[in-house]
Amino acid sequence: MSARMQKSALAVLATYLCAPNLFAEFRVNMPEGVTRISEEVYSLHMLVFWVCVVIAIIVFGLMFYAIIKHRKSKGAVAKNFHESLKVEILWTAIPALIVFALGYRAFFTLEKMYDYDDSALTVEIVGYQWKWRYSYLMDDAAKEDSAQGTQFPVSFFSNLITPESQINNTEAKGEHYLLEVDEPLVLPVGSKVRFILTSADVIHSWWVPQLSVKKDAIPGIVNEAWTLIEKPGTYRGQCTELCGKGHGFMPVVVQAVSQTEFDQWMLGKQDEARQKASLNVKTWTMGELMETGERAYNTYCAACHQANGEGLPPAFPALKNSAIALGPVEAHLDIVINGSRVNPAMAAFGAQLSAAEIAAIITYERNAWGNNTGDMVTPQDVSNFGSSQ
Amino acid sequence: MTTLDHDHSDHGPAKGLSRWLFSTNHKDIGTLYLWFSLSMFFLGGLFAMVIRAELFQPGLQLVQPEFFNQMTTMHGLIMVFGAVMPAFVGLANWMIPLMIGAPDMALPRMNNLSFWILPFAFAMLVSTLFMEGGAPDFGWTFYAPLSTTYAPPSVTFFIFAVHIMGASSIMGAINVIATILNMRAPGMTWMKMPLFVWTWLITAFLLIAVMPVLAGVVTMMLMDIHFGTSFFSAAGGGSPLLFQHLFWFFGHPEVYIMILPAFGVVSAIIPAFARKKLFGYHSMVWATASIAVLSFIVWAHHMFTVGIPFAGELFFMASTMLIAVPTGVKVFNWVATMFHGSMTFETPMLFAIAFVVLFTIGGFSGLMLAVAPADFQYHDTYFVVAHFHYVLVPGAVFSIIAATYYWLPKWCGRMYNETLGKTHFWLSFIGVNVTFFPQHFIGLAGMPRRIPDYAVQFADFNMVSSIGAFFFGSSQLLFLFIIIHTIVAGKKAEAKPWEGAEGLEWTVPSPAPHHTFETPPDVK
Amino acid sequence: MSAEQTRQKNRNVVLYGIGTVVFMLLFVFFVLRPMYYLICEWTGITGSQFEASETKNLAIDENRAVKVQFLAMNNATMPWQFQPEQSQLTVKPGEVKQVYFYAKNNTTNDMVAQAVPSLSPFEATNYFIKTECFCFNSQPLAAGESVRMGLVFQIDPDLPAWVKTLSLTYTLFDITDSAGATAASFNRLALHNL
Repeated sequence: MSARMQKSALAVLATYLCAPNLFAEFRVNMPEGVTRISEEVYSLHMLVFWVCVVIAIIVFGLMFYAIIKHRKSKGAVAKNFHESLKVEILWTAIPALIVFALGYRAFFTLEKMYDYDDSALTVEIVGYQWKWRYSYLMDDAAKEDSAQGTQFPVSFFSNLITPESQINNTEAKGEHYLLEVDEPLVLPVGSKVRFILTSADVIHSWWVPQLSVKKDAIPGIVNEAWTLIEKPGTYRGQCTELCGKGHGFMPVVVQAVSQTEFDQWMLGKQDEARQKASLNVKTWTMGELMETGERAYNTYCAACHQANGEGLPPAFPALKNSAIALGPVEAHLDIVINGSRVNPAMAAFGAQLSAAEIAAIITYERNAWGNNTGDMVTPQDVSNFGSSQ
Repeated sequence: MTTLDHDHSDHGPAKGLSRWLFSTNHKDIGTLYLWFSLSMFFLGGLFAMVIRAELFQPGLQLVQPEFFNQMTTMHGLIMVFGAVMPAFVGLANWMIPLMIGAPDMALPRMNNLSFWILPFAFAMLVSTLFMEGGAPDFGWTFYAPLSTTYAPPSVTFFIFAVHIMGASSIMGAINVIATILNMRAPGMTWMKMPLFVWTWLITAFLLIAVMPVLAGVVTMMLMDIHFGTSFFSAAGGGSPLLFQHLFWFFGHPEVYIMILPAFGVVSAIIPAFARKKLFGYHSMVWATASIAVLSFIVWAHHMFTVGIPFAGELFFMASTMLIAVPTGVKVFNWVATMFHGSMTFETPMLFAIAFVVLFTIGGFSGLMLAVAPADFQYHDTYFVVAHFHYVLVPGAVFSIIAATYYWLPKWCGRMYNETLGKTHFWLSFIGVNVTFFPQHFIGLAGMPRRIPDYAVQFADFNMVSSIGAFFFGSSQLLFLFIIIHTIVAGKKAEAKPWEGAEGLEWTVPSPAPHHTFETPPDVK
Repeated sequence: MSAEQTRQKNRNVVLYGIGTVVFMLLFVFFVLRPMYYLICEWTGITGSQFEASETKNLAIDENRAVKVQFLAMNNATMPWQFQPEQSQLTVKPGEVKQVYFYAKNNTTNDMVAQAVPSLSPFEATNYFIKTECFCFNSQPLAAGESVRMGLVFQIDPDLPAWVKTLSLTYTLFDITDSAGATAASFNRLALHNL
């Protein structure tokens, strides 16, 4: 145990001793949540819990009664009974009835959860190592005409933004440590939202406790879930299926807003997508590329290749002083855009990021950490690389 | 294939290392299994300490996430396949022949083989920690494609290790079945067999039924990784979901493989110290059998969130909840056995009572988990971690410890120190609850399992849990000390050191001679 | 019971034991696994349908409109450009419709891809009749080559009334290394073997 850990253990203990009422603020139970379903699940959970408590009191009560009363040191003499068909039938039948009643109650909640009635909005959720991608599917008839080609669909990655420094304890942890993302999933309150979930690599699981939605995202298979949020707010969850080393670092953040705010946000998002597309054709300076590149690198690349470019060999090779970053630009473009042919951990980012982001990342990788090649890769280079082949 | 050797009844064991290497004696092999299991218990425990140390506080302090994942994987594999299962096989080896009045296990040479391949399997598994790319890091449930396409190269060694463990378990199970079917002393009828023998017989059937399923699953993985098939890869027409169905078809019976013999142990100890016959012997046998049968039709309750259709969820919810009934019968029977007994509370009894209470708590959380709609909230959180540790640690492990204290006088002819034993019990009891009870809270509050770092609101209970774990872990060193102390310096034990104990094992001297029941005893 | 008798009985247990083990191993490969696919096919779970159906002459239900969403996504290691030409279509049950997906291999290598379909909600799988689909076969593309890939489908009017929106997702996998040979055929073969 390090000295720091000891110190903070003492600090925690001291806090509790000085302010015992802090215990009251501990979260020790399932949240009731903000949907009808989550409330129902909560009450079901509490029901089963109290049934268990009552059974426990009866059974353990009898047992401890026997332990106290029927001990040899108190002169207890063993009675000679070891069978009773009546009693045995009784204590088979009663639990069976209790279990049946609980199952009956659970049936109705389950039925409601499986009620895939038509919903106004469909969101596609895709799990990646180690981030989520949310895409809003154009869903109403008005948009159908313009949907031809849908130039600016609203689709984005949601990445963890907790800085390395907080994770490595060099900086104090924020309020939403590990549960904060760059772009939350924005949803309207009061209308049913349908989720379709899948994965691009390994199995992930999308969970928001306040919505009582947990569904696995499985490569090659699409799952369906839905929610109807009743209260605006920010709801946080996490990936709940072991998906590799970043499993603990891919939070889910849902921001529920009113329908009007949602519509506005959607328009803004479409504008943003339009602007983002224009970034691919604008003329960039080296400084802009490096700045954007550093940000994008830390978001999409640093989990494996590390912020200092030293990687975690052998699974995640170093970029600092590496053959890729110092060698020909084409090979560098190729591996970032098309992924590695031998290592599945290196995804094909051409299908995930914009040309501008890729250009910035490559420029950054070729000039950061003493890799000073001086190479500047523009979005046009990235697009040309794609079509010149 | 193998034969019984009766011609060396006049001499004792061979001397030195060859006694252990070439032993075909059920007692020696049982001893080997038990020591092996204890060493694996400490190794797996060490990994657990690494996990809890990292989770002591939010943030990354000691290990990196990729190593953390290796630790959770190795902890699970070693505890399940290295500690709990071999411990029960060891108990079976020692006790079943003594309990049914047989001179040895039915297949002594296979017995030797089934033990001696185990150290190789675990040496191979543990060596992966030092390989390039690290040890398996995909959890003990090794879901594809994380364990196939995305696995470290060491996965191949993991697969072979699992194959060897499976072969060992299957041989052990065949041996147990042959012994119980064919080697019972005259008069030892089915319904006179001690419950430990019954539970092991049923466990052995479960083992031969499902270990090949595990072998099949890892073989499919091996073929996917090396021979270009796609059993579990969607790209080639396979399905990652198929993996989970097959795995849990093995996995759920496996859970009962780890708990049924524990039921047998507790059913031997409670009557002994309550000085009263076990209540409801017949219903105990039937309950065990029905739990075993039900275990084959509940597997998808581990998969409620993978997208099972409504009817499927209902079926698996109902069948799972049904298991609560026979399990309840067992608990009621134990309580009824204690009722109006004449109880004393030596160390084995303390562990057995703790088993009844804490295993039942694990059973309650199991019932909660069975409720499909609520499981969407519990699934893959610390609530599940708390649940299965409650059934495995104060469940299976406590029963093994209880068995050790109960039968240690028979094994080594010496009594353990009662004060030390009771100290060990209270330290373990407190440790286990401080470790695992808070995990219910952090799970319900929303902490997923298998994460190396967590949000700040989970910090307090994680720290409590870690302190409990260090406490529990270190108090097991006392267990090791007690065992060695007993062997070296314990007081001489009588043939039947427990006043209320019943069974053939107490009719032979303590320590049990190298060869027992060469002439079958008379069973009344 | 004589020692010889016991020995014989033990031998029998070993034989039965080994027999059970072998049986269970075969059971995993040749019963459990096909059963999984059989149940998937029967209920539509996973929404994956790889086999072509005949176009059926179905009465068109003029009073009903089902929204079909088309989604294309790449497995993480797949670098191709891949998208539906149309992201959504309103279909009357019984109608035969054709849509196209566009794929382009932007890499310098010749590659082979396999599209894996998954329909949601899965209850609709057996009412979504694909008569022609690029997912029935793997799709090779030379470096820089592009292709329009067709899908011809109709919706069975028996589709449960509660289904109003269908999402058909194709995930594109890179199968260059195993293409043509073992991977795809191994499983397809087994699928037909049911």
